[in-house]
Formats: sequence, C-alpha cells, structure tokens
Amino acid sequence: MTPYLVLAAVLFVLGLHGLFVCRHPLRKILALNVLTTAVFLLLVTVARLAEPLDPVPHAMVLTGIVVTVSTTAVALALAARLAAFGRGTGGKRRTDGS
Amino acid sequence: MAWATVAFDLLLAVGLGWLAWQSMHGTGLFRAVVSFMVFGLLMALAWVRLDAPDIALAEAAIGAGITGALLLSALSRWPEADGSPDVDRRRRWAPGFWMPTAIVLLSLLGLAAWRLPAPGLGVETAAALGLAGVDNPVTAVLLNFRAFDTLLEIGILLLGAVVIWSLGTLSQPLAPTAPSPALPALGRLLFPAFVLASTYLLWRGGHAPGGAFPAGAVLGAGGILMLLAGARPWLTSDEHGPWRWILALGLLAMLAAAVGVLAVGQDFFQYPPALAGPLILLLELTAGLSIALLLFALYLGGQPPVRWDRGPTP
Repeated sequence: MTPYLVLAAVLFVLGLHGLFVCRHPLRKILALNVLTTAVFLLLVTVARLAEPLDPVPHAMVLTGIVVTVSTTAVALALAARLAAFGRGTGGKRRTDGS
Repeated sequence: MAWATVAFDLLLAVGLGWLAWQSMHGTGLFRAVVSFMVFGLLMALAWVRLDAPDIALAEAAIGAGITGALLLSALSRWPEADGSPDVDRRRRWAPGFWMPTAIVLLSLLGLAAWRLPAPGLGVETAAALGLAGVDNPVTAVLLNFRAFDTLLEIGILLLGAVVIWSLGTLSQPLAPTAPSPALPALGRLLFPAFVLASTYLLWRGGHAPGGAFPAGAVLGAGGILMLLAGARPWLTSDEHGPWRWILALGLLAMLAAAVGVLAVGQDFFQYPPALAGPLILLLELTAGLSIALLLFALYLGGQPPVRWDRGPTP
C-alpha cells in the first residue's frame, strides 16, 4: 500500500501548488479537485491497512465525493459569471443581466 | 505474482501523478479538463485496488462522469481565453521558496501518512451489522449508523442547486448548435438502459456495493444525455412546478425518518431494528431520485426558464 500513501502526499502537494500558482479559475478548480482526491486516497488507504477493513472512512469518502461535486458546480457557475461580468462592458460578449 | 501487483500499483501511481500535473499545467484548457476526466477514471481503478468498490462506482459515475460533464459544459460557455499564459511564469519558478517548501511538506506528509495508526471501527461495524437492516457495511454506515452525515450531504447538494439557480436564469442554449442526427435516437434508445442500471444499483446497495449515490449519478447522467439530445422535459416552473419538490424529496424523507422514529420512542435517527431494512430502502429510493435530479439541476448552471423554448435552436 506504500505507493498509494506516497501518491496521496504527492497529489496533495501538486494540488496545493496548482491552487496557488494557476491563474485560470478553471485550473484552480481542477487543483482543488486533485487536492480533495488526495485526502480521500489517504483516508481509504489507511482504512485498507486496518484489520478488518474499516467501512466508516469509505462512507465518509462517498459523502465527500458528493460534496466535492456540489462545490465544483457552484465554483464553476460563480467563476463563469465572474468571467462574463468582467468582460461585460468592453468585451464582445454581453450577458443578459436582467 | 506479488511483483506484478506491485508493478501495477506503481504504474498506476505514476500515471495518476502525471495526469494530475497535466490537468493543472497542460497546455490548453480542453487538454486539462480531459486529463482530469482520465484521472478520475484511473482513480476508480485505484479504489478497486484498495478494496473500496463502493467508492470506485461513485468515482466513476460522479467524479469522472458528472464532474467531467460540468467542466466541459463550463468550458464551452467560457469567454475565449485572452492570450495571457495560464500560469504565472514568474511565480511558478520562484525555486528559492517553492522547492524547499514543497519538499519539506511532501516529506512531512509522507511521514505522517506512513506513521498514521489505522482506524479500528471495522470490528464494531461488523458486530452491529445484524441490527442495521442491510448487509452491505458501507450502506449501513451511510444510512443507519452515520445517517446524519448523509442528511447533511443531501442538504449541501440542495444548497448547491439553490445557489446556482439564484445566480440567474439560464439564457444560453444548452444543446450543441449542430447536434448529431444520431443523438436524439441514441438518447431515446439508451435512456431506459440508464433507468434500468440505476434501479439495479439502488437495489444492489442493500447487500453489495452500489446504493443511492451511484444510482442517482447514473440517472442524472442519463438526464444530461437527453438534454444534449435536445429534450427539454424538466424543472420548468410553468409546467412542472410541483415536480420540483423531488429536488428536496431526499432531504425531507430523511428528516421525516429522523424525527418520525422519535414518535415511537427511539432516539434521533435510531431506527427500530425490525423496520430498519424497509426504511433504508425507502430512504435510498427517495435519495436516489433527489440526487439524480439535483445533479441534473447543478449541470444546468442556472435557473431553468418558466417555459423551455421548444423551437429548434438555430
């Protein structure tokens, strides 16, 4: 199970790095998703090491996946509105605000 | 064959790390999004390797499927990139700060993961499984032992849909401007299969990996396929106003179950053992329906109009 523990740490650092360094909001959202996956991976790997297999972290990760998809959807909607709003006055695309 | 499984794990880990890097730093947003979707699918493989088939199902359906659809639809609606680089090159290569910090953080995290004691609720869960009313331990934890978590989770999904809808009415057309002529027929053909698959997953949840979340995600994906094929059937306040209550059905049913058991002398969310099985099946059914419609509502990205424009999109 060592590869997965190391992978969880690597993904966490990668996600954190991407969250700070990427400028495009879409990439930031992807980085956030990678970050949550790293946390899930750690939880499940630790549950796998337990004897017998511990189902409680599995349920927590299932809950977490659904919460992550809600977060992603809201973040994408907000970011898309922000991008459209930022170009609303000068850009070629104008949103129908009313 | 121990070396083969180790080699497979290593290959999977390297591939996942590379895909994660690509999804943040690959050239082009489309490439980044597709890398992330492949990352989700490979993660499903990793979950299987870690003996977590429930999570593998949910990851494949929600993590790769629904999130991928959300990202691609957001990408198509995004204003064109203005030519500035996606990554700030100056800050990306500030090696004096980043590299040591990253290495220290990485080694600390690796060490912490290495030394972490394994949790030990496996024995307790197995002992209480006889009272749970279902045979699958993950479903028992989700809908009986820790049902409060699931209640809050469905609440968060509902909250997400409310937030997105409150951002404004949907104005852009959702279907591709030049849909493939095969898509409507294919959608009609496949949608019953989606319904069948999600019903099977829902039923299976009681005794094997499956349950409300993968089932809801599969059904929601079927709805998105129908939407892409040009169908406009749902969620308008004009024609389908009462149907919108399905969005809140899962949350209301769980709340009703939690409070209802108080009336028969039990604690909050403490089901009577004789009723636990049917009650969990009912909650799974309502939660699955709610989750399907909520994921569909999240995908819309805005409040549906009072009445869908049924004319052909130019």
